[in-house]
Amino acid sequence: MAWRRLALVFGIGAPLVAVLAFGFTRDPREIPSPLIGRPAPPFAVRLTDGRELSLADLRGKVVFLNFWASWCPPCRAEARLLEASWREHRDGDVVFLGINMQDREPDAREFLREFGITYPNGLDLNNRIAIDYGVWGIPETFFLDRTGRITYKHIGALGPEIIHAKLEEARRGIASPREGKGEYRSIQ
Amino acid sequence: MTATIGFWSLVLALGLALAGLLAPAARRHWPGSPLTVAAVSIGGQFVLITVAGLALLRALVAGDFSLRYVAFNSSLRTPLYYRLTGLWAALEGSLLLWEWILVAFAGLALWQYRERHRELIPWVTTVFSGVSAFFLGVLAFAASPFERLWPVPLDGRGLNPLLEEADMFTHPPLLYAGFVALTVPYAFAIAALITGRVDDPWVTTTRRWTLSAWLFLTLGNLFGGWWSYHVLGWGGYWAWDPVENAAFLPWLPATAFLHSIQIQERRGMLKVWNLSLVIVAFALTIFGTFLTRSGVLSSVHAFSSGPVGGLFLGFLALVLLGSFSLVALRADRLRSQPELDSVVSRESAFLLANVVLAAATFTVLLGTIFPLVAEAVTGVKLSVGAPYFSRVTVPLFLAMLLLMGAGPLIAWRKASLDNLRRNFLGPAAAALLAAGVLAGVGVRQPWPLLALALSAFVVATMVLDTARAVAARRAIAGERAPAALLGLLRRNPRRYGGFVVHLGVVLVVIGIAGSMNYSQEHAATLAAGERLSLGRFTLRFEGLRTTEQPTHRRVEAAFRVFNDQHDTGVLAPALKFFPTQQSPIGRAVLRMGWGEDLYVILSGLSPVQSRQATVKVMVRPLVSWIWVGGAVMVAGTLLAAWPWNPRRREA
Repeated sequence: MAWRRLALVFGIGAPLVAVLAFGFTRDPREIPSPLIGRPAPPFAVRLTDGRELSLADLRGKVVFLNFWASWCPPCRAEARLLEASWREHRDGDVVFLGINMQDREPDAREFLREFGITYPNGLDLNNRIAIDYGVWGIPETFFLDRTGRITYKHIGALGPEIIHAKLEEARRGIASPREGKGEYRSIQ
Repeated sequence: MTATIGFWSLVLALGLALAGLLAPAARRHWPGSPLTVAAVSIGGQFVLITVAGLALLRALVAGDFSLRYVAFNSSLRTPLYYRLTGLWAALEGSLLLWEWILVAFAGLALWQYRERHRELIPWVTTVFSGVSAFFLGVLAFAASPFERLWPVPLDGRGLNPLLEEADMFTHPPLLYAGFVALTVPYAFAIAALITGRVDDPWVTTTRRWTLSAWLFLTLGNLFGGWWSYHVLGWGGYWAWDPVENAAFLPWLPATAFLHSIQIQERRGMLKVWNLSLVIVAFALTIFGTFLTRSGVLSSVHAFSSGPVGGLFLGFLALVLLGSFSLVALRADRLRSQPELDSVVSRESAFLLANVVLAAATFTVLLGTIFPLVAEAVTGVKLSVGAPYFSRVTVPLFLAMLLLMGAGPLIAWRKASLDNLRRNFLGPAAAALLAAGVLAGVGVRQPWPLLALALSAFVVATMVLDTARAVAARRAIAGERAPAALLGLLRRNPRRYGGFVVHLGVVLVVIGIAGSMNYSQEHAATLAAGERLSLGRFTLRFEGLRTTEQPTHRRVEAAFRVFNDQHDTGVLAPALKFFPTQQSPIGRAVLRMGWGEDLYVILSGLSPVQSRQATVKVMVRPLVSWIWVGGAVMVAGTLLAAWPWNPRRREA
């Protein structure tokens, strides 16, 4: 009789402890984006050269959409690489678009000048676009295929191989199963 | 030097705690010695931990940044009082404070019960020593507040800006005291199970410790809500955040225990149940610490996480599985003697209340850990928010309210129809009348209407019962009403103190029902001179003002408040810009009133036009009654615990 009760105690207690232990293998702050595989939220944005650009105008092209701010160290870390990748891909059917968020306009312009960025950049001064895309840590980059569907999302600084591989996937319309994370660690 | 003193004090205390584990063995060799072992072990630990605690406090006050803990939780700019609160500003110091309170309570309890529970003392010492040894081991080797930092920085990082609030003096220490006090009944429960002296009256004598724990937990949670309401700037006092739940969870079984223990005292029933409640309450304090410190769930208290999660989980597993295994092995001796006589009786009302509280404990626990369960089973990430908790707990709490009215008046053993009619016809009529009046003035939503009607029912039962008892005393002793009331309280402090606590709960319910269902809010961006209106209030933006504080820059937006065109002064919500933080921290302001609070939060300053401010204004009805109700609950608890009759003190 006592053994049966003991079995009951362990039958309830052990799984409870196991579930809690499972928590150690997970990072609760990591929330996978539900946007991958879905149509990208539409927006129109004012570019730094004063033009107005709508996402719908880019239909038919692969879009590399990068959210950044001038004060963010990993954004600085990846800036030169993004520009280099853009120069490599610009003649194809790929469009790079930077979205500046949570920033001051003069600082943003200074950043673009400093890194010699030549691809278009929009100013999302009230963070509307960033909210639509669920951006919570910058830089965050979205890859869109020709139909305007998000195929991949990357949090943190990008490396050249990933840019290349994910642009190729977007070109073929292959959506990644989950978002990726940069290995950049900011040094304070 | 401080590091050395602190570390070795902890190690020596750990040695004494391990020695204290052997208290029961000592008895076999020298009769009468367990008390000496307890005195040396626990007393010695208290002295050593006091040395360690004072060493850490000295380092915090003096700004000794050679200690990592001091460098991370204090700075040269930190005012003295926040250097003191630095003792519990992060994991390591909090554990030290916990341990300090633990040995103090353990010593007090052992001294208090040295004669009365002589047979249990050795094992009680063992349990205290075991718990203390766990905390000391963590403190000495896993999360030491005395870890050195090299090179020694010139200045520290400072207290976490979120913690720079007056409530830092109340909310954390009170919660810790509540958590720790639950160790006392737990230690006696385990001692009784091990020795097999399950009929020992420990469970009734340690009731006071559970009551103290309950009082501390109530206060700790209320101050936490107050802090959240005044500081976090979202206008709420409770968010069902995992760590809030962790503080609330032990309160539920403690509440259940304080009620079901009355049945054991009177009828000798529910022994296993009461033991289980004591164990569950203690296990939930360890569970709460695990949740808070492990970071396995996302929470507003995320700053407090650290590397000790695994250790606490192991300890939790030991406590849960070990304690309930003991219950399983001893359950045969714990058979309750009498059975329930009738479904309609005070026993069954109390039992039902216990079932409801247990259900509440389970649903809150389930909601808290459900994200983990879901991810473990299906791999899906999800979060469980306030809607779940409101939906499942509101009906349970309303059931509690009903039982709160019924329980104290229904007869023991078996209530006759006459008893029911005599006690409940009036209150039921009062509840219906209240519901009718409330519906008449516009309260039409079912849940708040039900909550308020049941509140009226509870108050009516208490008024009816007290009025009858006062009338009886006046008739018999010829006393005047106030004297009769005081006499009742002195003769039966638990009953009438309990009534006062229940009245406090009703007030809290009124506050929650009002603020949850009838709040209004409005947000706008204003330039100087512009106005915003909400309800009876109109706010005129007067402009921004920047001041330099010791640790941060503070930008205040002044709003002149008009209440029905009457100028009622200025409210100035602020944003605090800390150099160490990317985003500013808000400081809401509010004008409290009996009917409603006006709550103003500065949510942003326009970077383009620096003379603009974005502000959110809320009118939250009846929130003040939550704090008033809390104070009444505390007063009731003190009345119930007050030693009115010194000779019958332990009864």
